[in-house]
Amino acid sequence: MRKMLAAVSRVLSGASQKPSHGLTVLPSLVSSSRLKQSSHFSLPKCWGYSHSVRQASRVLIASRNFANDATFEIKKCDLHRLEEGPPVTTVLTREDGLKYYRMMQTVRRMELKADQLYKQKIIRGFCHLCDGQEACCVGLEAGINPTDHLITAYRAHGFTFTRGLSVREILAELTGRKGGCAKGKGGSMHMYAKNFYGGNGIVGAQVPLGAGIALACKYNGKDEVCLTLYGDGAANQGQIFEAYNMAALWKLPCIFICENNRYGMGTSVERAAASTDYYKRGDFIPGLRVDGMDILCVREATRFAAAYCRSGKGPILMELQTYRYHGHSMSDPGVSYRTREEIQEVRSKSDPIMLLKDRMVNSNLASVEELKEIDVEVRKEIEDAAQFATADPEPPLEELGYHIYSSDPPFEVRGANQWIKFKSVS
Amino acid sequence: MAAVSGLVRRPFRQVSGLLKRRFHRTAPTALQVTVRDAINQGMDEELERDEKVFLLGEEVAQYDGAYKVSRGLWKKYGDKRIIDTPISEMGFAGIAVGAAMAGLRPICEFMTFNFSMQAIDQVINSAAKTYYMSGGLQSVPIVFRGPNGASAGVAAQHSQCFAAWYGHCPGLKVVSPWNSEDAKGLIKSAIRDNNPVVMLENELMYGVPFEFPPEAQSKDFLVPIGKAKIERQGTHITVVSHSRPVGHCLEAAAVLSKEGVECEVINMRTIRPMDMETIEASVMKTNHLVTVEGGWPQFGVGAEICARIMEGPAFNFLDAPAVRVTGADVPMPYAKILEDNSIPQVKDIIFAIKKTLNI
Repeated sequence: MRKMLAAVSRVLSGASQKPSHGLTVLPSLVSSSRLKQSSHFSLPKCWGYSHSVRQASRVLIASRNFANDATFEIKKCDLHRLEEGPPVTTVLTREDGLKYYRMMQTVRRMELKADQLYKQKIIRGFCHLCDGQEACCVGLEAGINPTDHLITAYRAHGFTFTRGLSVREILAELTGRKGGCAKGKGGSMHMYAKNFYGGNGIVGAQVPLGAGIALACKYNGKDEVCLTLYGDGAANQGQIFEAYNMAALWKLPCIFICENNRYGMGTSVERAAASTDYYKRGDFIPGLRVDGMDILCVREATRFAAAYCRSGKGPILMELQTYRYHGHSMSDPGVSYRTREEIQEVRSKSDPIMLLKDRMVNSNLASVEELKEIDVEVRKEIEDAAQFATADPEPPLEELGYHIYSSDPPFEVRGANQWIKFKSVS
Repeated sequence: MAAVSGLVRRPFRQVSGLLKRRFHRTAPTALQVTVRDAINQGMDEELERDEKVFLLGEEVAQYDGAYKVSRGLWKKYGDKRIIDTPISEMGFAGIAVGAAMAGLRPICEFMTFNFSMQAIDQVINSAAKTYYMSGGLQSVPIVFRGPNGASAGVAAQHSQCFAAWYGHCPGLKVVSPWNSEDAKGLIKSAIRDNNPVVMLENELMYGVPFEFPPEAQSKDFLVPIGKAKIERQGTHITVVSHSRPVGHCLEAAAVLSKEGVECEVINMRTIRPMDMETIEASVMKTNHLVTVEGGWPQFGVGAEICARIMEGPAFNFLDAPAVRVTGADVPMPYAKILEDNSIPQVKDIIFAIKKTLNI
């Protein structure tokens, strides 16, 4: 078994990395500090997996000697108004690698499950999926603290997960059940969690909101930053430029992030923007263009940007070059404005999960079998969540009027006619 | 001599009263406060009371406010709490909403509510609906305030009344003060409220002084949101209004009183949630209703009151159809004679009342 695995790893090795075997411990910026923080807050559900599963993996890995970490070269970011950018190499620990893999795979499978449920008409209305863009949500989360803040637009399921909600709560919200994170009141585009402000349906409106959250961060003086995301389509909204101006004027700790997946609904970037250098559109705001398909690149850029903001220098802009496999939403097949060949090419050459997997296997951070096991576990988790999301009852009709106002005594809300009244409780 | 014998015969309370009367020959003048100063005081007190409260808007800081409502606040609280914004309504309204979501308590001033139209998406979609959409997870404790409705000679784009527009939306609270007491009490309630509140002030009322009752001078004086006030008791007809027209209604009532008609004048104070109970109870007493507002007639505040009267117990007490007095159904013209006839005047209110009473 060992000889076979060694042979396989020799065949697969060839990527530019320097594995260190157990003894040399390079500083890992993320894992230990993350663990410390996690003792203060409840661990996001995406990180946890059952104890027995952990035991089983330990038994498997006990027979194999993995590297503790490996150093990888990452693509240099294009810079705007910056002398220096993020580092071009990064260290990935085995632990982090497994965590990122699991998270990305969970997001991928969750989105595919949502696709399935939508086609079965169990999910209705809008459903904007982010498969292909997993490196963005997982990479951004890896570069910040749970006490930082994040706001995005409607392609939000991935972020809802990385910010701490369970797949169960997310899928149940998509299916409109009372176990959903917004009790079925919000749906796909209106999911909220601690330090996660949705999920926003109006294109571009979330950007001034994010600058406002950053203002609160500065006001409270706690060294927190706000990640404010928008797409290549939204990048042409006027209110974004208003937000840039005020954020720069008042030096708000806001990281503006353009998730450029090349298409705003059915309109390619060349047809929508006079300048497609989205990282430069902040003008007086420094910017960097990041390979959004490489989770390590995203992580390093985020760390760099967060450090910049925390130092009080003001806002910074990141453009993540990424790609979505699905159409704009479930009502868009996604092939009328781009070719199947293009989609296939990205899948085969730049898939973020595949890129991480290859790196990890080639540098002996994990085995193919181990990662396959994670796949199986993730599949089960998603299946269970989908089961719950399908079986859970819809919210009770009596609660239709609830949550109009916060902190108020109950009052009456009018229904479809004057005789139908609903009670409203805060 | 008379005073001394007085001292001997009367109980202590009356003695001290006598002594007072000897030293203070004239009655003390009542405290007069303009609406502008009342709002200023209210904001000042709430800024002092809660660190998380701050004010942002165009010219609110160093200019002391475009209409001087925030005079002195920047000097007292500084750049962190009183923030001048660039001319970016959609941007700064969104920033204010985001700050509220993150736990601060912003007061977002629109120089006039006409400019709030540029930012109305942030008020409605980002602020008003969020608590509901999030299933009760995310509250938005924000106040949007500024002058609303007609001013004097500012023409069509600067004279619109937004009471009906904002009053339409669930999730928002909308208040409309008339006098100083209303203004101070409502701004304080609005700031302490954990929900998005729109306060529709009136530029022509800012400089008008009103007597400030002693309770209004307290730092904890609040006017509850959602409760109307009966400004004048009457028996023959109910006249319901909000903001500046309340004053016109009282003038009309004074004129009519000389003719033996006693009007009950109700100051709504809150547009949403509307205090229908007070209005209905009054109509059930007087059997007649006239609504008065500055905004346009179609889909207006008066239209809503009339519809609700029809749906409730008060309908059976009406002796005549309910009548509305509103702004003219035109964009506000500039020439004085045209402008004067585009808003409800005292004579228009009197006419409507008499028509309703068939006199």
